[in-house]
Amino acid sequence: MSALTVTGVTKSYGRTPVLTGVDLHVPAGTTTALLGPSGCGKTTLLRIVAGFDDPDGGTVDLGGRVVAGAGRPVPARRRGIGFVPQEGGLFPHLSVAGNVAFGLPRRLRRDRSRVVSLLALVGLDAALADRSPHQLSGGQQQRVALARALAPEPSLVLLDEPFSSLDASLREDTRRAVVDALRATGATAVLVTHDQAEALSTADQVAVLRGGALAQLADPRTLYRDPRDLDVAAFVGEAVVLDGDAVGGRVASELGELVLGRSCPDGPVRVLLRPEQLRLSAGPGPRARVCAVDFYGHDARVELQLPSGRRVSARTEGGDLPTAGAEVSVGVQGTAVPFPVPAPSSAPAPRTETPTPA
Amino acid sequence: MTALLAAAVAALALVPLGYIVTATVDVGWSGVAELVFRPRVADLLWNTTRLVAGTVAVCLVLGVGAAWLVERSAVPGRRVWHVLLVAPLAVPAFVNSYAWISLLPGFDTYAGALLVVSLSYFPFVYLPAVAAFRGLDPALEDTARGLGLSTWAVFRRVQLPQLRVAVLGGGLLVALHVLAEFGALAMLRYPTFTTAVYDQYRATFNGPGATMLAGVLVLLCLVLLLAEIRLRGSRRYARTGAGAARRLRPVRLGALTGPALLALTALVALALAVPLGSLARWMTTGTSAGLDVATLATTTGTTLALAAAAAVATTALALPTGWLAVRRRGPLATLLERSTYLGSAVPAIVIALALVTVSIRAVPALYQTAPVLLAAYAILFLPRAIVTVRAAVEQSPPLHDDVAASLGASAPSRLWRVTLPLLAPGIGAGAALVFLAVVTELTATLLLAPTGTTTLATAFWSASSALEYGAAAPYAVVMVLLSAPATVLLSRDARRGLTT
Repeated sequence: MSALTVTGVTKSYGRTPVLTGVDLHVPAGTTTALLGPSGCGKTTLLRIVAGFDDPDGGTVDLGGRVVAGAGRPVPARRRGIGFVPQEGGLFPHLSVAGNVAFGLPRRLRRDRSRVVSLLALVGLDAALADRSPHQLSGGQQQRVALARALAPEPSLVLLDEPFSSLDASLREDTRRAVVDALRATGATAVLVTHDQAEALSTADQVAVLRGGALAQLADPRTLYRDPRDLDVAAFVGEAVVLDGDAVGGRVASELGELVLGRSCPDGPVRVLLRPEQLRLSAGPGPRARVCAVDFYGHDARVELQLPSGRRVSARTEGGDLPTAGAEVSVGVQGTAVPFPVPAPSSAPAPRTETPTPA
Repeated sequence: MTALLAAAVAALALVPLGYIVTATVDVGWSGVAELVFRPRVADLLWNTTRLVAGTVAVCLVLGVGAAWLVERSAVPGRRVWHVLLVAPLAVPAFVNSYAWISLLPGFDTYAGALLVVSLSYFPFVYLPAVAAFRGLDPALEDTARGLGLSTWAVFRRVQLPQLRVAVLGGGLLVALHVLAEFGALAMLRYPTFTTAVYDQYRATFNGPGATMLAGVLVLLCLVLLLAEIRLRGSRRYARTGAGAARRLRPVRLGALTGPALLALTALVALALAVPLGSLARWMTTGTSAGLDVATLATTTGTTLALAAAAAVATTALALPTGWLAVRRRGPLATLLERSTYLGSAVPAIVIALALVTVSIRAVPALYQTAPVLLAAYAILFLPRAIVTVRAAVEQSPPLHDDVAASLGASAPSRLWRVTLPLLAPGIGAGAALVFLAVVTELTATLLLAPTGTTTLATAFWSASSALEYGAAAPYAVVMVLLSAPATVLLSRDARRGLTT
């Protein structure tokens, strides 16, 4: 198992810059999710690490060995990196066993027990060994692809959107099986995804890529609760953003006085809350009008309009829901994250679109 | 490297066209005017156009009608009819022509030519029509019926507009084939540009007369080809969805079942039973004089050897172009691919004429040798091989190569363990299609075969031209038997295009 260190990697296709200087460190034995909107360069970064593409600048270091960026790049086949492509990419002309054993030395390819134990590692039955790839479900194909990548005991495993082509029901099971297999082998892994929930729940650390560079690298909790800026905040989850003035660690906002979770110089700020921090009640407090209620069963999302016209979302348990058009009071639990507004009237508007709630 | 090879292949394919263009320039405008603007050419133009137009019209009616009956109506025995309607492709047009003229010697008229050629070529419309019917979203037809449309109105307002592109593509293919048809029309003594080029060549060898007639013929082909390319550009609109998960309930014909069956029976009888019956008759009467088994065996052997060599050579030539068209998409790849299609749209008679002249001028030692004949086959049948190779490369995305590399496989090992196994079926299918096409090729073989080399087609041709119908029959039977597998392939895989 090796650590991966990427330093200042740049890459352009023609005149289009895709990566503008990415730094990333993945400690040995951990899983890192590369999270970003489509087109942010995450797959390009993965291909450069794998050795399918060469960077224009910067270095890729794998377990102390520079594999790209210093002299001749090490070809993909000598890097010892397992690769799991988006839809599995199983060889259609080989059986499951033939696929799993593909990367093994010739004398080990006929070793049935090896294949069976690799299949068991990813939670598949030995009976599948003689099937053709097209006879497997999408989730099974994905697991076989992982077993194939793990077979030569690679120092690093790369997974390119491994679950995006799966149904919601299959996705969770497959995700768990993949995480378990990666943990069991102690493999270092990098997973590309555009699904924030998947990134937060799967990885030890999440790297948010934006416009070809790293926006933030942090463990999932820090990333969600203490993002570096409002863009990252909005990308990793739904955000409630309010304006106010910070005075001595507190902010007076439309939703009353909020306690700040980290220190912040006095002055105009925008503060971040998460929808699950809002509490709706019939009692006293700041008022809001309910615009819409999306009921999911386990919980619900209530869209509120504040007196200023600003719209915010609240996530509440599904039990006692207000109806659209009703007036409710809104309380806030926990602390808010402040982002000082740099200069008056020149603050860029943060992105307010949020990922669809899971 | 690959691009260079593909460029060389494209250059080879364009040799006949280039020859026609340079010859025209050499002759000069006044020469062209003298050779082209004369009553003989006007006659040929009239003959050719009315035959092409008539055949396309008949084929469209027969092909679409039969496809509707097989795919959308409850006519009994639909699967059997499907096979029977594709089967005429196993009978080469010149054999079909021989069958009719030997039965009815008075058949050498426009009507006779129209009938024979239409019966040979209507499957070119039938197959894409069937494929298009299968690809239509049945929900649209159900919706239309729900809106109160009759069966006829559904056909006219819902199905036909969606079939348009596929069916017109088939019609253009028929037109190109009729323009290039030599054997069938020569046997029926119906003069078109193609037969006239041949006669002129026989009379004056490679004089400017033959070349200028060929030039007019090529011009007609190019017009059709342009139409084809424009149509192909809009083809994707005709393919809806990934096929229907649900089968449509076929339309009950009721009292019309009888007439429908009668129509299908008549069509199959004319297109299949007449030629096969006529062949059987000549086999029995002809072989009473004694069947020359040794000659038949030698000729079959020569034909198979030529076809095998052509299949290997053509598929090898198709590999760079097919690879490039998928892996290096771009204007260059498209240009090189289209060049081979353009080259092979030129009628066989023109290709042969050009290769005769070019080989005599450039490399006299090659004139009337197997390599020149193989080059003609390659130019003629490259698209068949390229289409299948291309489809195979598409089935094998570069992803597999990347994955194999990450698993430690070296480049030769990846070629051997991943790329070739994935391409093999496509390459094989392409080679088989070329093989079967060469087995029944007549026109180019007549002009280019080395002295003393006789193939099934040329042996059949010389016997039937001498009115020795009985002696010709065994060669035709062997050709039909050898073509049958291709027909089975086509009837199974109705979704794929025919030649391009």
